[in-house]
Amino acid sequence: MSQLLEVSGVSVTFDGFRAINNLSFSIGSAELRAIIGPNGAGKTTFMDIVTGKTRPDEGSIRWGDMSQSLLKMNESQIARAGVGRKFQRPTVFEDQSVYDNLAMALKKDRAPWSVLFFRPKPEDRTRIEELAAEIGLSDQLYRKSGELSHGQKQWLEIGMLLAQEPRLLLVDEPAAGMTLAEREHTTDLLKEAAKTRAVVVVEHDMEFVRRLECKVTVLHEGSVLAEGSLDHVTKNQDVIDVYLGR
Amino acid sequence: MEKSFFARNPSVLIFIGCLALFTIGVTAMSEAMGTDVISTSFLKTLGKTLCLCLVAIAMDLIWGFAGILSLGHMAFFGLGGYMVGMWLMYARTEMIVVASMANAEIPPTAQEVVDAIGTQIFGVVGSSDFPVIWAFADSLFQQLLLVVAVPGLLALVFGWLAFRSRVTGVYLSILTQAMTLALALYLFQNDSGLRGNNGLSGLQNLPGADAIPQAQISLWFFWASAFALGLGYLLAAWVVSGKFGSVIRGIRDDEARVRFLGYSVEGYKLFVFTLTAVIAAIAGALYYPQAGIINPAEIAPIASIYLAVWVAIGGRGRLYGAVIGAAFVSLLSTWFTGGQAPSIPLGFYTINWVDWWQVLLGISFVLVTLFAPKGIGGLVDHLTGRVSPERYGADLGPDSGSLQEQEAEK
Ligand SMILES: Nc1ncnc2c1ncn2[C@@H]1O[C@H](COP(=O)(O)OP(=O)(O)OP(=O)(O)O)[C@@H](O)[C@H]1O
Ligand SMILES: [Mg+2]
Repeated sequence: MSQLLEVSGVSVTFDGFRAINNLSFSIGSAELRAIIGPNGAGKTTFMDIVTGKTRPDEGSIRWGDMSQSLLKMNESQIARAGVGRKFQRPTVFEDQSVYDNLAMALKKDRAPWSVLFFRPKPEDRTRIEELAAEIGLSDQLYRKSGELSHGQKQWLEIGMLLAQEPRLLLVDEPAAGMTLAEREHTTDLLKEAAKTRAVVVVEHDMEFVRRLECKVTVLHEGSVLAEGSLDHVTKNQDVIDVYLGR
Repeated sequence: MEKSFFARNPSVLIFIGCLALFTIGVTAMSEAMGTDVISTSFLKTLGKTLCLCLVAIAMDLIWGFAGILSLGHMAFFGLGGYMVGMWLMYARTEMIVVASMANAEIPPTAQEVVDAIGTQIFGVVGSSDFPVIWAFADSLFQQLLLVVAVPGLLALVFGWLAFRSRVTGVYLSILTQAMTLALALYLFQNDSGLRGNNGLSGLQNLPGADAIPQAQISLWFFWASAFALGLGYLLAAWVVSGKFGSVIRGIRDDEARVRFLGYSVEGYKLFVFTLTAVIAAIAGALYYPQAGIINPAEIAPIASIYLAVWVAIGGRGRLYGAVIGAAFVSLLSTWFTGGQAPSIPLGFYTINWVDWWQVLLGISFVLVTLFAPKGIGGLVDHLTGRVSPERYGADLGPDSGSLQEQEAEK
């Protein structure tokens, strides 16, 4: 099976500190993957590299059917190529309504000129209402997103991610600040999304990861420590030592 | 169903209505209409104020909406003035020269006329040749194109260089100050081709309109300024009302996030920077014929800082705020610096407003920034009872939304 994203031999150093060390990772075009690892393992930095926020010192990142190099593109080009990202801290545009946040994320031409003349069509509104229903914010559509609770902001960001219709979703700790029921809903959404696209989920909560029922990659000190099913990696002695045992 | 533009933005209609009433009122009271309530010189002040309101709208677009604190927009305003001033000066001097040469026995050749105009215009800087930049000065149409093209191109090139290297925040502000300073210093030189520190003068005289009294001409310019302000307001309101407005406000609040949504932030910044430069230039092109003179001091760095102060005091991020700020502060400034404000004798010292006005303005700016960040425009929220929710403390947890809703509905 051809891979959607292939990261090979990537390293990043911050002021002499090796945050990512010869990391290799790949994911297929319709696959769900969980990444776990202790604090500071480099999970967020890995996402920064894939999305173009951080430039690696060495290594290569290949993307899509044409095996394009993502290293030559900037953040917005990578996003347009189909990589969507949810941040660890929910980052929505707090000064704008839920509707406007979703409208901005909706997959459309992103050039200034066409955005200037863009007027939403009925189907765009329908799509936004569908998304809002999916993330449980239907009755909050016209509220400023800054007024939402932490969990609701998480939802909104997931909604924005889905609105972008990316081919690869990078989701950093989606369940933080969510109730049990909300977590279950989140796993369902992510599993559903992974049927048609690649989804990478970073999460600390083991119960959450278990419910995802997918292959797990364990990161430690910037490189892959173990990979396989959750049961497989949790039996791995190295993983127990650095992560689970503590 | 999508509501109409005006239904979604009621303030636009209110603004246009107020502007129309103001224009009609001032016209009725003007000298040209036979009533002497508003003198011609005050009419000019009002017309110039409208132009300042227009450039304030441009400043609000770039700063209040896109979050780019440009401290160089008065350079574009001044350039617009220079461009229109070149035609005004050329065409009027040409008429004078042609009239004076008409008595000569041999009719002057075209070249002789041009040379004579050159001597007239550039005599003050010890030259008589036309610099290349005056190549289009004989044509009103071409020179009007340059009003838009020259500042637009400067903004495009400057913006491209600055935004491409991701210069943001204070560094960008400093860079724009450097730009306007460099331009002013260049224009101060006699060989810059724009008469050095003499600048361009006599701009209040329309070529071929000597028989028309200034009272009438001033009224025309007042109307043109009001019309341009109305159009500019409409355009700006339209730009910020839709998805484009969402994106630039997103850039203001979190530009990295906008990038990850796939928008090319640099492209948007460049677009807004250039658009606002063009609006500023048009405002300048209407302002200087009313002022009568333009010289390089007009584009000194401090001018652009004043512009930012007006918008801050008026309330940035809302278009009428910028207009109120520019009108209020610039009219007040005219009053104080014009010597009309009564001095305050303190016994041991007399506060003379001509000297102390700047201090007062500086203090008001600091106070507004600290205590009323929404500026004068914030009063409107007060009157309409719109309050932003008071948020304090951290989120209590996933289920804390209800408390915040109560806060929001207060
Ligand atoms: N811009 C930066 N400059 C310097 N050091 C950095 C930078 N970004 C990350 N680091 C360091 O790199 C290491 C990896 O950080 P990263 O945020 O990727 O960890 P993480 O796995 O996401 O941890 P967590 O579970 O806490 O979110 C940390 O030690 C961090 O301090
Ligand atoms: Mg992290």
